[in-house]
Amino acid sequence: MDFSDSADEAEFRLRLRAWLTHNDPGLPASSTDDDYWAGQAAWHQSLYDGGFFGTSWSKAIGGQDLPSVYDVIVDEELAAAGAPPRPSLGYLVEGILEHGNDDIRRRFLPGIVNGRDRWCQGFSEPDAGSDLASLRTRAEREGDEYILTGHKVWTSYSDDADWCLALARTNPDVAKHKGISAFAVPMRQPGIEQRPLPMINGITKEFGEVLFDGARVPAANMIGEPGEGWPLAMTVVSHEREPHALGFAGRYKKLVKDLTSTVRREPTRYSGEQVRDLGWAIVEAEMLRLHVYRRLSDRLDGISHGPEGSVDKLLMTWTEQAVGHAAMAVGGLGLAGDDTWLKVYLYSRSQSVMGGTSQIQRNLIAGRILHLPAS
Amino acid sequence: MDVRLSSEQQAIRASAVQVVDQLGPRAVGQLDDLERADKLDAAIAAAGWRELRMAEADGEPLASGVEAALIGEELGRGLADAPFLGPTLAAELRRLAGAEPATTAETVAFVPSLAGPALAADGRLADGAVAIDAHGIGSALLFLSTGAGRVLAEVALGPADVRTDLTRPTAIVDPATPVSIVGTVDRKSFPLGDDALAGWTALGLALTCADLVGTMRGAIDLTVEYAGSRRQYGRPIGSFQAVQHLLADALVLMEGSRSVALHAAWAVDALPARDALAAAAVAKAYCARAARTVCETAIQVHGGIGNTWECLAHVYLRRALLSSEVLGGAGASLDRVLAHHGIGANHGLQ
Repeated sequence: MDFSDSADEAEFRLRLRAWLTHNDPGLPASSTDDDYWAGQAAWHQSLYDGGFFGTSWSKAIGGQDLPSVYDVIVDEELAAAGAPPRPSLGYLVEGILEHGNDDIRRRFLPGIVNGRDRWCQGFSEPDAGSDLASLRTRAEREGDEYILTGHKVWTSYSDDADWCLALARTNPDVAKHKGISAFAVPMRQPGIEQRPLPMINGITKEFGEVLFDGARVPAANMIGEPGEGWPLAMTVVSHEREPHALGFAGRYKKLVKDLTSTVRREPTRYSGEQVRDLGWAIVEAEMLRLHVYRRLSDRLDGISHGPEGSVDKLLMTWTEQAVGHAAMAVGGLGLAGDDTWLKVYLYSRSQSVMGGTSQIQRNLIAGRILHLPAS
Repeated sequence: MDVRLSSEQQAIRASAVQVVDQLGPRAVGQLDDLERADKLDAAIAAAGWRELRMAEADGEPLASGVEAALIGEELGRGLADAPFLGPTLAAELRRLAGAEPATTAETVAFVPSLAGPALAADGRLADGAVAIDAHGIGSALLFLSTGAGRVLAEVALGPADVRTDLTRPTAIVDPATPVSIVGTVDRKSFPLGDDALAGWTALGLALTCADLVGTMRGAIDLTVEYAGSRRQYGRPIGSFQAVQHLLADALVLMEGSRSVALHAAWAVDALPARDALAAAAVAKAYCARAARTVCETAIQVHGGIGNTWECLAHVYLRRALLSSEVLGGAGASLDRVLAHHGIGANHGLQ
């Protein structure tokens, strides 16, 4: 058992640290910022070209076949340096890897991994949130194409996207889980309307609505078989629940480090209660870092992700929201001007909703891990 | 980075599981079965688990903090009513101080709040002390403040009695009890420096975290089983989302605790004492807070039965309460974390 870096890991970490001294683009150190999104594509490509992105994926799709811990090292070093985070799109890659045929993988995965193509995810709809399988967007076959009609919501960064991994109903005559298919939809075409949805912290890129009205997608862009959309969605969301895939553990460490520095500069400004809120955020952030290490180690035995992703998602959520409370306790409302910490707090509320609400995670844990009787 | 257990560590854990499942109390009534408890005690003695932190020829412990924690976790899960924590910490004190191993069973005496080891001055314990894990044990180690610093000392223990924790009796040490320096027979005493004390505290916190993780696992297992069998409104209560979500949260708290506790156990021997203590403080803050919630959930889901003496739920809670207080609970550990980060000193938190 060893929580510290192996020789190879330490070498990789130092190499990245050195690279960062010349290649930090100076973007905001948080993906919850519109300015980050303006420069994200270039940052993704630069990180990839430097050999620090997609390291754990196979060489066939542009990765380096390294263990997942290298992704965590990247997250930790980027956060420690105050550099922008690693783009988090592993869940798209895993979904396409697991369900796409060779043609789909060859056409799409290298571009996602190297950052030349921008992607968004079109799953949720106004009437299909937690109950995703009741989605109503239709895909109707017309020759070699499908015609898409429907309304997607929470399509993060869709206005920057070249492609959308979209779920649509291709067969309305079977059970709702069985009639859904997945597509790689080209986003730059008529028949697609983008509507940004500002979040409660004021940022506009993270949420959006996409309206498909006669948008066209080649039938060859179907990912998996007709009706395989639901299993693909489950693959995607289970990866979306993994803290190491999202790279948030590093972000939380950085936030609590900044808050700690703030308190240390003027300790007399803060009450014991404020400082204790920060203390709990420090504890939670450290817990999440160690928990990620434990999970990644389990993977080395070939134990794949399963329902325990819901445990990880709740731990990540509790950590983010403890950090949010510390941000409020130490940073305050920002009435004097700088409301960065208020925004961090407000954004933290979305963590218990995105990627499956905390209530859905608890249902999954109760049924699939604790094996409690069906409700 | 690879935090998997070695095959030896897995084997140690498996043997602890076997002993505890065979000889641990399975119901409150079995706590009075002294024949069973004696067999459990004998099995632990035969396995040598209380000697893991004794010194080898080179002064290093026989086994690392990870092995000790793996055993401690299983003993907590099975509510083992035989000493482990106290004797292990006593062995560690002797090892760190360079003293010979004890010739008879011994434990450790703490200040009455259990927040730290008892420290006698002027040859006496002004505030008295409490020895943990005192069942069948005749003496406890503590410290005596002398001109030469803090040296290892011992007190004789009277009979232990069951108070907070029904599985691990404690013994009150009267302030008038004479305190004798360990090792004075050959005119030699054994001081313990700050670094050694930090390392010892790190081990103690790591082992209490392991016990808390085990306690949480046991409480969750007990409660999930009950929720699946107890029926109301014609259905098992475990089919109701309100109950399911309580138990799901309990499991998540336990898993987070497991991750920090494992790291703390590793840190005991792998990191410098100061860093090991910081790791242990993070773990203890997290585990102590989590364990109280998890055990309270166990009582709540058991309903009225959960509030009766006959239900094991309160035995888990009581064990968790004692483990939490040993060397400092959630609040005290949080203050240690803040101190390590250089904050909190202005707020009376240290």
